[in-house]
Amino acid sequence: MSVMEGRTTSALLYLDGVHVSFDGFHAINNLSLTLEPGEMRAIIGPNGAGKTTMMDIITGKTKPDEGTVLFDGMTDLTRLDETHIAELGIGRKFQKPTVFESQTIEDNLLLALNVDHSVRGTLFWRGSRDESERIDRVLETIRLTDARNRLAGSLSHGQKQWLEIGMLLAQDPKLLLVDEPVAGMTDVETHQTAELLKEINKEKTVMVVEHDMTFVRELGVKVTCLHEGTVLAEGTIDQVSSNERVVEVYLGR
Amino acid sequence: MTPHVLTRSLDRSATIFLVVVAGLGVLIPLSNLLLPAGSALQVPTYLVALFGKYACYAILALSIDLIWGYCGILSLGHGAFFALGGYAMGMYLMRQIGSRGVYGNPILPDFMVFLNYPALPWYWHGFDMFWFAALMVILVPGLLAFCFGWLAFRSRVTGVYLSIITQAMTYALLLAFFRNDFGFGGNNGLTDFKDILGFNVQADGTRAALFALSCLALIVAFLICRAVVTSKLGKVLIAIRDAESRTRFLGYRVESYKLFVFTLSACMAGVAGALYVPQVGIINPSEFAPGNSIEAVIWVAVGGRGTLVGAALGAVVVNYAKTYFTSGPLAPYWLFMLGALFILVTLLLPKGIVGTFNAWRESRKATEKANAESAALEDGVGEPKPAE
Repeated sequence: MSVMEGRTTSALLYLDGVHVSFDGFHAINNLSLTLEPGEMRAIIGPNGAGKTTMMDIITGKTKPDEGTVLFDGMTDLTRLDETHIAELGIGRKFQKPTVFESQTIEDNLLLALNVDHSVRGTLFWRGSRDESERIDRVLETIRLTDARNRLAGSLSHGQKQWLEIGMLLAQDPKLLLVDEPVAGMTDVETHQTAELLKEINKEKTVMVVEHDMTFVRELGVKVTCLHEGTVLAEGTIDQVSSNERVVEVYLGR
Repeated sequence: MTPHVLTRSLDRSATIFLVVVAGLGVLIPLSNLLLPAGSALQVPTYLVALFGKYACYAILALSIDLIWGYCGILSLGHGAFFALGGYAMGMYLMRQIGSRGVYGNPILPDFMVFLNYPALPWYWHGFDMFWFAALMVILVPGLLAFCFGWLAFRSRVTGVYLSIITQAMTYALLLAFFRNDFGFGGNNGLTDFKDILGFNVQADGTRAALFALSCLALIVAFLICRAVVTSKLGKVLIAIRDAESRTRFLGYRVESYKLFVFTLSACMAGVAGALYVPQVGIINPSEFAPGNSIEAVIWVAVGGRGTLVGAALGAVVVNYAKTYFTSGPLAPYWLFMLGALFILVTLLLPKGIVGTFNAWRESRKATEKANAESAALEDGVGEPKPAE
């Protein structure tokens, strides 16, 4: 593990001067962003602004060409792979809900629990009361207790989104990266999701990427607008949505 | 492994499978040895050997199902591990011939005398001892799979690319074993075996014992696979099969899981090969042919991947069909039939025989349950009101 000497920043997540290009296309261009511990941040921006690529960089899926990515002020994420970063305590929900469709909801959560993930540990695994209690709690939070023995593939789109958030909770990370959690949800579900994320934010640091401005407004947190791989504006939702450039490239007049 | 791990959740099909294999493993040798030849119930020796071959194929099919059906690794070179296990056993059997060979050399097998080998190559040492050969049967395929898997999985070679390099691996071994100076009998391979552990390999009793052992090995392999797939590790394997990168983001080291299951599978294939060789009496480089490995994958597809029982069943069914057709006038068309079978199964029975049967049973159970529920509901409301 690449631990630097001493903390250099108080931020939980610190990105500075990050560049990534794919075949000459600059997906991320001098991106700098910090997330303080306990903060919730909403990320908005047009398609192709680099939102998902930024999450790929933080979770180790994509390596940046240049720049610094620090977690907890000490750990250089650019040198670690996905597994290692997940173990450090960064959980991710994908844009397209990705759950293990051929397994039950309970098994999905069981797989997500942050217990021994080694080959030997899982081969000789025997359930414990603590683990099943944690699964019960998560099932209650995501309101899927009655569906626990159903296959995840049989869930509705909105329920899959919730199950994936539930998997994040079971993973118990320090930082949650949530990519478009309310895509395809009804208004009621969107509202419930906002409440759920606010509840989660009481204990954890959260970064949410979302297009739904009503939802972002409901979260009531600091907003960062990305455009062409760099930060265009940052501030409260009112500040950002009244910003000339943001209106021009993203919100439209 | 603890007994708890081995006995966990043996469902109905698994129990039936174990009872059938154990029953055949006992009854066929008894019928062959105890009943008088020519009686209606006596199983002739040639059939005992044939069934023994099927049992070995079934183990190979299980090993493929474990990685393909549960972890999504499509190996088109698994025949290589089978053949390596077979060669390890063949080397032991060659050394047992001793001075009874054509050239009467007490140390060197015939082909080495013929090719003017001055002495036994270093890698042939130790194979005169059964325990050493038995160890190599597991170790050699396991080690190759470990090295191959370590390189491939760490570099995240997946899908069709992995299938292609497994093909290349078995083809490379085929070419190597064809060479006379490679030291394994070249084109002719290893044959003319005399005895195994002091028993004549041709004798009825030995053949019956080898058949019973193959059934036992099939049972053990099945229980190991079953223990693996019903453990939490099995759930991780399925997770990797269905959404590999998701599994990584949950903090699982996917390459370690793949490596574990690939190596285990190769060891099992090696054991299958080792039991196969004394029963068919020969091992030669054609066992490495890529076609063999593809055929084994077809067995699994026909039986139903991800079901274990289906893999074993598929191996027996397809091989029985092969025996039947290749001994009749349709022999030249067997490969066409095999290809057609694969296409038909892919199009019409994508879940294979056992997978389709399971799905049918599930849906019937669901309908019954729904019917029972609606009946209970009607009882609750009482008699439906007559229409006005």
